[in-house]
Amino acid sequence: MNPRETVASPSETVANPLEAVVTARDTLVGHPVIELAGVTKTYPGGVTALRSVDLVVDYGALLAIVGPSGSGKSTMLNLVGTLDRPSQGTVRIDGHDLATLSDRQLSALRARRIGFVFQQFHLAPGRDALGNVADGLLYTGAGKREREQRAEAALVRVGLEERLTHRPHQLSGGERQRVAIARAVAGDPPLLLADEPTGNLDSVSGAGVMKLLRELNEAGTTILVITHDREIADSLPRQVPMRDGQVV
Amino acid sequence: MSLHPARLRLSDLARLGGYGLRSRPLRAVLSALGIAIGIAAMTAVVGISDSSRADLDQELAKLGTNMLTVSPGSTMFGKRATLPDESVAMIERIGPVRSATATGMLGDTYAYRNDRIPAAQSGSLSVLAAKLDLLKTVGGTLDHGAWLNAATDRYPAVVLGATAAERLGNVPAVHIGGRWWVVVGVLQKVLLAPELDSAVLMGWPAATTYLGFDGHPTTVYTRSVESQVEAVRAVLAPTANPSAPGAVQVSKPSDALAARRAANATFDALLLGLGAVALLVGGIGVANTMVISVLERRSEIGLRRSQGATKGQVRMQFVAESLLLSLLGGAFGALLGYLVTGMYATTQKWPTVVPLWALAGGVGATVVIGAIAGLYPAIRAARLAPTEALAAT
Repeated sequence: MNPRETVASPSETVANPLEAVVTARDTLVGHPVIELAGVTKTYPGGVTALRSVDLVVDYGALLAIVGPSGSGKSTMLNLVGTLDRPSQGTVRIDGHDLATLSDRQLSALRARRIGFVFQQFHLAPGRDALGNVADGLLYTGAGKREREQRAEAALVRVGLEERLTHRPHQLSGGERQRVAIARAVAGDPPLLLADEPTGNLDSVSGAGVMKLLRELNEAGTTILVITHDREIADSLPRQVPMRDGQVV
Repeated sequence: MSLHPARLRLSDLARLGGYGLRSRPLRAVLSALGIAIGIAAMTAVVGISDSSRADLDQELAKLGTNMLTVSPGSTMFGKRATLPDESVAMIERIGPVRSATATGMLGDTYAYRNDRIPAAQSGSLSVLAAKLDLLKTVGGTLDHGAWLNAATDRYPAVVLGATAAERLGNVPAVHIGGRWWVVVGVLQKVLLAPELDSAVLMGWPAATTYLGFDGHPTTVYTRSVESQVEAVRAVLAPTANPSAPGAVQVSKPSDALAARRAANATFDALLLGLGAVALLVGGIGVANTMVISVLERRSEIGLRRSQGATKGQVRMQFVAESLLLSLLGGAFGALLGYLVTGMYATTQKWPTVVPLWALAGGVGATVVIGAIAGLYPAIRAARLAPTEALAAT
């Protein structure tokens, strides 16, 4: 039996969601959540962003994909995040081969199994922190009440219990990124992808965000950080250095 | 684990559409305004014409649509025909006819304010002999004074139509055929028999006695049982003049009023067309706003796709936004149209009538417009590749 079948879906773990998910995840440690085999990505126009990349990431890992701009790390994020498909090779995320999934199925996979954190936060300006986080769960099928409860729990988890009703423009950069992280983890996805999460932050806020990511990882979430910053990469347990579309 | 995207609830979809509009309220209001003006114009046109129609209908209901008039036409040889003296009595004997009465035109006889007016200045007034039940049958009312009665109809006394009274002035007596005739009353305008407005009416016996009236009726007015009007109409001509039914004209005055109503309707169609053009322009405004909105919100679209929104859900979000936008305009326009109708109808002393189909049709039209206007931008939004959308900042 596929061990992933035992992962409780979010709606079944309302009583104590975190504990149930963490327990379930422990049984997955040692299994890969990300498997890239011979992945090549060529964009229309002939630019090859990735050249036969192999990468295996197990559940519970915390790693950095590090490289200068143009090294192919953003393409890697798009593939791992199921936002794009490879030109050659296979990408398996959470046990699913992307090649076998339709666009709708990929959407469902993202909705339930993957959380994204972006450099530009991408928060809705007119919505308060709670609304922004709750809206992140719109596509999981949860009702309004449940979304708000989960959003509040996630905001408490990232230390923003005092900022629930603040709108993005009333928050500092670090707080905004915390809201974005809360939004990404509110649905308890096993995989969190962070694209330059500290890129728009000062060093103090950046350190706070990295600390938060480490805490989330300790609680069981697999976290992949994409960065050009060697210092940030070196602060994580594993680094995958990239250059010219290849893992070096 | 099955990978079926969760369905977006209708309430969440409506909420999503609302967020988009609330983030740029001024733009939303301005683009909804185009739709609102179109709907308001159409609602007001329909409302005002229906209000005027309702007023006319009320008037018609008061007057009745069961009146038929009979007058002589032309003979086979093109000469002016006459009705037999007995025609009124014969028409009265038709079963469903409730009442029949007549006026007789006195040819070459004119009425003047006094005896010093040159004979040529007759003021285009007609001098008619009238039966006593005329007023009741045509549904006329007196402005002041009294109608002719069994006494005054034998003596030189007249009742003036509304227009005739205006032209002759407020005189105690008029000069007809070399004799003074006392004015005993003045009529208000008679809607179903406007020919009486410019008439000077006198008793049948008096006209015969003093002016040598030949006694031929020139117009017979009848009232019938409502349901039998058409049947009566068919037999009126042969009854009035059995020897020459072809030389008799039968008409239904309420039809003339209805024709006036129909004339209004063609004018309405023109105005309605103008309203439709305004609506079309409004719809294009909404489409334009949505296209711009999609261009500006690429990163939002990318974010939603990364959060697991399917293409269909992105499409639905933008269609919902467009629908909401045009519905907003439509509802406001319908309200505005209703208010305009109410204001205009009040100044005209008409009842305010805005048919439900116009309101429902207006709002329904905005739903269609919103869906059409939003569809293309929504499809564009859904087609956007998530990576491309996220790359845009």
